[in-house]
Amino acid sequence: MDVYLLTLVLFSIGIYCIVRKRNVIKTIIGVIILEYAVNLFFILSAYRTEGRAPIFMQEEEIVNMVDPLPHALVLTAIVIGLATTALLVGIAMRLYEKYGTFDITKIKELKG
Amino acid sequence: MIELYVLLVLMIIGALVAVELKDLLSSVIAVGAVGLALSIVFLILKAPDVAITQLVVEILALIILIRATLKKDLPLATTGRWFVNTLITACFIVLFLAVGMKCFKDLPAFGEPLMRVSGTYIKEGLQRTGAVNLVSSVILDFRAYDTLGEATILFTAVIGVLSIVRRIGRKKVGEEIKEEE
Amino acid sequence: MSREHDKGMSLIVKTITRLTVGLILLYGVYIVMHGHLSPGGGFAGGVIIALSFINIMLAYGKEDAFKKLSRAAASMWESIGAIMFLGIALLGFTGGYFFLNFLNKGEPFKLFSAGIIPLCNIAISFKVGAGVFAIFVALILLKIDVEKKE
Repeated sequence: MDVYLLTLVLFSIGIYCIVRKRNVIKTIIGVIILEYAVNLFFILSAYRTEGRAPIFMQEEEIVNMVDPLPHALVLTAIVIGLATTALLVGIAMRLYEKYGTFDITKIKELKG
Repeated sequence: MIELYVLLVLMIIGALVAVELKDLLSSVIAVGAVGLALSIVFLILKAPDVAITQLVVEILALIILIRATLKKDLPLATTGRWFVNTLITACFIVLFLAVGMKCFKDLPAFGEPLMRVSGTYIKEGLQRTGAVNLVSSVILDFRAYDTLGEATILFTAVIGVLSIVRRIGRKKVGEEIKEEE
Repeated sequence: MSREHDKGMSLIVKTITRLTVGLILLYGVYIVMHGHLSPGGGFAGGVIIALSFINIMLAYGKEDAFKKLSRAAASMWESIGAIMFLGIALLGFTGGYFFLNFLNKGEPFKLFSAGIIPLCNIAISFKVGAGVFAIFVALILLKIDVEKKE
């Protein structure tokens, strides 16, 4: 229970970073922290007390495996997170090239 | 499970440092520390596949972020309605934490997962797929549609990065290529 | 320092990279091939393979890395990975449905077992590795352009 609470605190740090900070790189950092928190929550929900990794062994029978389904979901989500991070960094570098700053309050000429 | 709590607190401290530091390069490195601690947490929670992937992806993301921030020392803007903004954000986060606490009461407790679907996978996985690693058999046999969708998203992201980064548009017939501005 | 060491990092980094980059690539291939027996799989192995090429690029500069794997080759490998994955999935229609494990399951705990899962791992490693390498190359080229402009 309190483990979930710590994960939620991490999530809210990410939200704070996205909402409050005015630097584009800081916003990207906030998105990365949010992604960490969500992945961590999935893996926490899969854990079983005294569990073993979901891999069969040759000589012994493993009865208390952890849940393999969230592991599979998170495995794909991590790689997608890398791709989206790269996309955000590309946009941020384009902004720096055009305006010479990462500060979103200085970028006032944004048009749709 | 005391080491789990220690690592989680370390991650929270690292995230706070990453958010609050003025220097962009230092804060990127602090995010890297958070990601590596997350990799160890995955290992403690008995998810070795995810731990390996997180470790490798973290290194790559760190390289990309450092390439983006190197040689650019920029001050953070703290002017404006500093107090009001922080107060509103803090109120929102407190509200969010309260709602989240209420929601988490309905979840199964930590350490006792709900294994209605995964029980079948664990029981019949070795006979039906022949793969020893159950995570591999889930992502490539039972739930291969997920992986197909992931491949599509990765493809879309690569196309997006290439089209954002591309400098020159398509050249028309008989027209000189001009740099923008 | 002689002329040939102008690009990239210093001589120490280059020597270490030359000695270890093959081992990194081999480790990535091992992770991919044993994805159905031990932790790992196509995603982690693909990123490790991409990291070996990125290591060459960071140490030696971009020309030497493009000699090993050019941008066109990277996009070609990504397409090959996608088509291979989809083709394996479509071949399942010979037995009934999409993503059918139509090959012989074999004996567990052997390298050649588990039907289509090793083949899918190889396809995904192509896709992920080439995609990540293409993203990285695109960002590095943009960075160089920005520096020239300043």
